[in-house]
Amino acid sequence: MTRRYSALSLLREGLNGQRGWEPAWRDPAPKTRYDAIVIGGGGHGLATAYYLAKNHGLTNVALIERGWIGGGNTGRNTTIIRSNYFFPESAAFYEFSVQLYEKLSDELNYNIMFSQRGMWTLAHDRHGLEMARRSANAMLLNGIDAEFHDGPSVYAHIPGLNPDPRFPILGGVNQPRGGSARHDAVAWGYARAASALGVDIIQNCEVQDFLIEGGQVRGVETSHGTMRSDRVGMAVAGHSSVLAAKAGLRLPVSSYALQAFVSEPVKPCLDTVILSPATGTYLSQSDKGELVLGAGLDLYLSYAQRGNLPWMERAAAGVLELFPQFSRMRFLRQWAGIVDVVHDSTPIIGPTAVGGLYINCGWGTGGFKAIPAGGWCLAHVMATGRSHPLADAFGIERFTTGALIDEASASGIAH
Amino acid sequence: MLLIDCPFCGPRAEIEFRCGGESHIQRPGPHTEVSDAEWADYLYNRENPKGEHRERWFHAAGCRRWFNAARDTVTHRFRVTYKMGEACPEAGESAVSEAAPGAVAGGVI
Ligand SMILES: Cc1cc2nc3c(=O)[nH]c(=O)nc-3n(C[C@H](O)[C@H](O)[C@H](O)COP(=O)(O)OP(=O)(O)OC[C@H]3O[C@@H](n4cnc5c(N)ncnc54)[C@H](O)[C@@H]3O)c2cc1C
Ligand SMILES: [Zn+2]
Repeated sequence: MTRRYSALSLLREGLNGQRGWEPAWRDPAPKTRYDAIVIGGGGHGLATAYYLAKNHGLTNVALIERGWIGGGNTGRNTTIIRSNYFFPESAAFYEFSVQLYEKLSDELNYNIMFSQRGMWTLAHDRHGLEMARRSANAMLLNGIDAEFHDGPSVYAHIPGLNPDPRFPILGGVNQPRGGSARHDAVAWGYARAASALGVDIIQNCEVQDFLIEGGQVRGVETSHGTMRSDRVGMAVAGHSSVLAAKAGLRLPVSSYALQAFVSEPVKPCLDTVILSPATGTYLSQSDKGELVLGAGLDLYLSYAQRGNLPWMERAAAGVLELFPQFSRMRFLRQWAGIVDVVHDSTPIIGPTAVGGLYINCGWGTGGFKAIPAGGWCLAHVMATGRSHPLADAFGIERFTTGALIDEASASGIAH
Repeated sequence: MLLIDCPFCGPRAEIEFRCGGESHIQRPGPHTEVSDAEWADYLYNRENPKGEHRERWFHAAGCRRWFNAARDTVTHRFRVTYKMGEACPEAGESAVSEAAPGAVAGGVI
């Protein structure tokens, strides 16, 4: 029996014909009562379940997933991790997340392949350049690593960039500690670690309604029957409005399809992550050698998990503007996830108008990087009833008080 | 790729259009009597349904006129388009898009 993963266990199982591995998490029958229920087996739900057990000692916890864990946006994203935000609230939160990511493989005993290969945001005109300087300064003031580079320095650091592009590369900001990680491993690592602490991971089980008595949540109705709990957290991304409506809540969320692609695998040619807001490109190379690129949002509501052609074309054109030599490479796969966009591109984490019902959503196109911190803060508010200091400004009441944190315009970041 | 039936021009490719979001949102008033919660609901909360959605579309690279549509957010199929200011025709009622007789109700291609 091999419980802990290590070089030694690999060796032992190699000699043993790989017969001693166990399933990474248990597949338990649901109980009828839990101390806490988390809805949604994406990264945020799984991390919440793990931190409920790890940080708060709540182990009689159910994590309920409609399909398979990591099958939503967590398993569909381009895995860029960074903390280059503008406002102090966002910077502190995302930086905490990056720091948790830096320790996560050890923490979970699961290799999430976090590769801090740097993350470049390119500037193609004077305004882009001013934005880049402002962004680098804001990051440094927030205590986050940032380097401003002029055009020649960008070229010196990123081999292969188009020497004569239509939109000249005038400069850029690098966050050296940014990078990418393996998305499935983040979901599976949290699931395995949560399960080991006693959390029931229940897949293929849909939450269909809430039990609410006198304004207080008492449990959920699922496709596998009723499960009772006075504490329920929901982290269902693009389905937040649909699920919240069952509790009588309206949300400031719009669900859009965001698509991504990988090319056929090639030898290593790109050793960093590139974001070029002006050409609508974000690009990296996976460890398998595939180029990983994403498109912009298909800007009409969608629950279809497939993207449309015009945006695919635009994404390809953006990449070719930066790297014309990729023109003969082929797309291997294309897919989309349904992302939960809010007006200020800042997440919602905290209580709702229904007692005991907590929410984590609003990640839009950029919540993968936030999984450790989002789970940490949702677990905190579920366990203690009080908002975590890092998420104080992220309550849904900001849409009533007007205290929005408009990162969409402040950091100009799409993803 | 969507083929969208502009009530003024007929079926055109999706790239000619922009979606303007949920239709039929009424600004609450008089403003002296609108609570913060009502105002927030008006400004920010949205139906965001999984299924039929009534929304505004703008034929940006065509006639540059706005119109309403009832579209399914799962299949992306347009059930009907109708003019701004009009109520949404129920299923079974005919579309208002007389400018393009015989045009298909925009579908997914
Ligand atoms: C193409 C693409 C590229 C992206 N690129 C990046 C990037 O580079 N960097 C970054 O930081 N972020 C990126 N994102 C965003 C990121 O993927 C998401 O913000 C993040 O994964 C959200 O995690 P989650 O756990 O909230 O949601 P999800 O992973 O979507 O999980 C929600 C889960 O809830 C389940 N669910 C829904 N309804 C119910 C129900 N009624 N009952 C039970 N379960 C239910 C779903 O099945 C799903 O598994 C990208 C997203 C996409 C789509
Ligand atoms: Zn028209």
